[in-house]
Amino acid sequence: MIAVYYQIVRNEFQTLLRARWLIGYGLIFLLLTDTLFRFTGGGAEVLVSLSNVILLFIPLISMLYGILFIYQSRDYLELLLTQPVNRETLYWGLFTGISGPLTSAFLAGTTLPLIWHGNFSGEPAMQTVLVLGIGAILTFIFTGLGFVMGLAYYEEKIKGFGYSLMIWLFMAVIYDGLILLLIFLLGDYPIETGVVGLTMLNPIDLGRILILLEFDISALMGYTGAVFSQFLGSLKGMLTASFMLVLWLILPMWLGLRLFRKKDF
Amino acid sequence: MKSAIFLKTFRTRHLFLSQLLLILFVMFESLTAQTNTIRVKSEPGILNSSIENAIQRADSGDTVLLEPGVYAIHDLQISKSITLQGQEGSILDIEERGYGLILKGTNITLKNFEIRNSGSGFMEDFAAILIENSRDIHVEDLTLTNNFFGIFIAKSERILVSNNNIFSNAKRQTTSGNGIHLWYSKNVEAHNNTITGHRDGIYLEFVEESKMSGNNVFSNIRYGLHFMYSNSCSYIGNTFEDNTSGVAVMYTKNVEMLHNHFINNWGANRYGLLLKEINDSVVKYNLFESNSVGIYSEASNRVLIEQNEFRNNGTALRMMANGLDNRIEQNNFISNVFEVTTNSRQNPNHYEGNYWSQYEGYDLNGDGIGDVEYRPVRLFSLLAEKEPLSLIMLRSIMAGVLDTAERVFPVLTPKNLVDPKPLMQPNQ
Repeated sequence: MIAVYYQIVRNEFQTLLRARWLIGYGLIFLLLTDTLFRFTGGGAEVLVSLSNVILLFIPLISMLYGILFIYQSRDYLELLLTQPVNRETLYWGLFTGISGPLTSAFLAGTTLPLIWHGNFSGEPAMQTVLVLGIGAILTFIFTGLGFVMGLAYYEEKIKGFGYSLMIWLFMAVIYDGLILLLIFLLGDYPIETGVVGLTMLNPIDLGRILILLEFDISALMGYTGAVFSQFLGSLKGMLTASFMLVLWLILPMWLGLRLFRKKDF
Repeated sequence: MKSAIFLKTFRTRHLFLSQLLLILFVMFESLTAQTNTIRVKSEPGILNSSIENAIQRADSGDTVLLEPGVYAIHDLQISKSITLQGQEGSILDIEERGYGLILKGTNITLKNFEIRNSGSGFMEDFAAILIENSRDIHVEDLTLTNNFFGIFIAKSERILVSNNNIFSNAKRQTTSGNGIHLWYSKNVEAHNNTITGHRDGIYLEFVEESKMSGNNVFSNIRYGLHFMYSNSCSYIGNTFEDNTSGVAVMYTKNVEMLHNHFINNWGANRYGLLLKEINDSVVKYNLFESNSVGIYSEASNRVLIEQNEFRNNGTALRMMANGLDNRIEQNNFISNVFEVTTNSRQNPNHYEGNYWSQYEGYDLNGDGIGDVEYRPVRLFSLLAEKEPLSLIMLRSIMAGVLDTAERVFPVLTPKNLVDPKPLMQPNQ
């Protein structure tokens, strides 16, 4: 089984390399990170700008990659299904075959300039690892979501793409707008816990909050709210957000696996 | 007629004679009056009167030298012009019985010993050293440990306090005193002191023409530096770090604050530097790093905020609109969450030639000045002010969209709060 799994992953990786998409993806991050260093002069500024890009684009690109893969390799997929291969193995092979190389391309693209600008030594090392870690986890989450959408709308590609874009737009922009609206509508009520809880439900917000806690704690601590400062000002906030992110990591993969197992192709 | 002339010459000659006599007398005095050194040893076990005796025996200009040892003293008054000098291990222990030394005189020097454990209380401001109605006092190289107030200076002039270590372990504001406390005094200089664990590090009220420099004031439970009604004073090269409420200065004009560091003041209502009703003053070459608010300015007028560096603050500069004609020029604003916030759509102050790391403009003619003017007030800072909870949406794309929209077409943020000449590179 393991051998089959590796075979699938290798096949996919080779396909991806042949398509050169992956190399372009890595190069974009390489250029971006290096430019950031040249423009902002280094330091935390680079990581914060990089994290903005990560939070915006990685979910979109990963999800599109995920769903595209399902649609594009339909023949390959169905051919493999005729073989005596366990569906679970096939699913994991396919999933890691796409999300793994994506993550590696992202990591390689960002890490190289970070290394030659010396961001992996001394104090910023931890922050760098945090930002890159968030990028990697978001890649996995949203590739998984792409898989889920692709499998759920296997026959209706337009719907699948449309809904995927909607999901991205909702999670990246609209969700935050709604929470802001909620805060302003119900500001007079004790909604702190509720709002903190709501932000924890969105993986992009989780990544953002982890970055906030690392870089902007001085601004957050200027706020008087007890729940807010107690929760976010302590290790507890960091741990809870990380835990929720891990839950999010599992959710789409598991959903995809369930769909894949039961699907009548 | 003749007699009148005689009288006149006599008078002049008399005057001359008396002057001559005076000069001779003074010369004689200075020849005979040798300064003595009186050595004092501590006698352990009993309440120590040896210092008191020595001071009684001493004449003006004498030095009382303390041998190493612990001297139990309290409320010891010094009114003669003497030098009280110790050495390594000379310790005056007040044993919580009241004040330590009470200075009332001129030309007194305290040097190189330790005073510890002053009394504390709600009714009296017990201090290790109380300097009252005095002039020309030097306090140097002392260590003041666990005292209520460290050095309390009242109604005095020309005081020098330098190279002292002032430590305490204050827990609550009501049961603690200030490190160096100045009240109704003039020409006081405090240099290179280390002050920690008190209520306010340095406190000045009704003080004039004084100078504080090179002091290291950290982890005090209220303000690092706190002054009110203290005109024409200057604060140069001090470090104020991690004091519970930062630094607060109020109701004063002609203040100079140069080359100071304001660092690590995190929390609600904690400011690197709070300016309240400060007029005609200069805040220049300072560093504000990692504070919840770098400078908070309220009802302050004609303050020049120039060439400072604001780094990693929550809000770098909070300018309330009830102050006029402040000039914010040539500062570096680097990696702050909010660069400027205010509470009005009016802007009565002037911003020019600052470096803003959030500036996104370009410089086509290459003169180092951005071609597009910069609005440092973000819409999101207004939202966060109205509903602080919305801070949780900081750095979200939604917040960025709102900010950009507002910058292009300002509706809620002050329209004329603009830096017309933002720099492309930081100063220096």
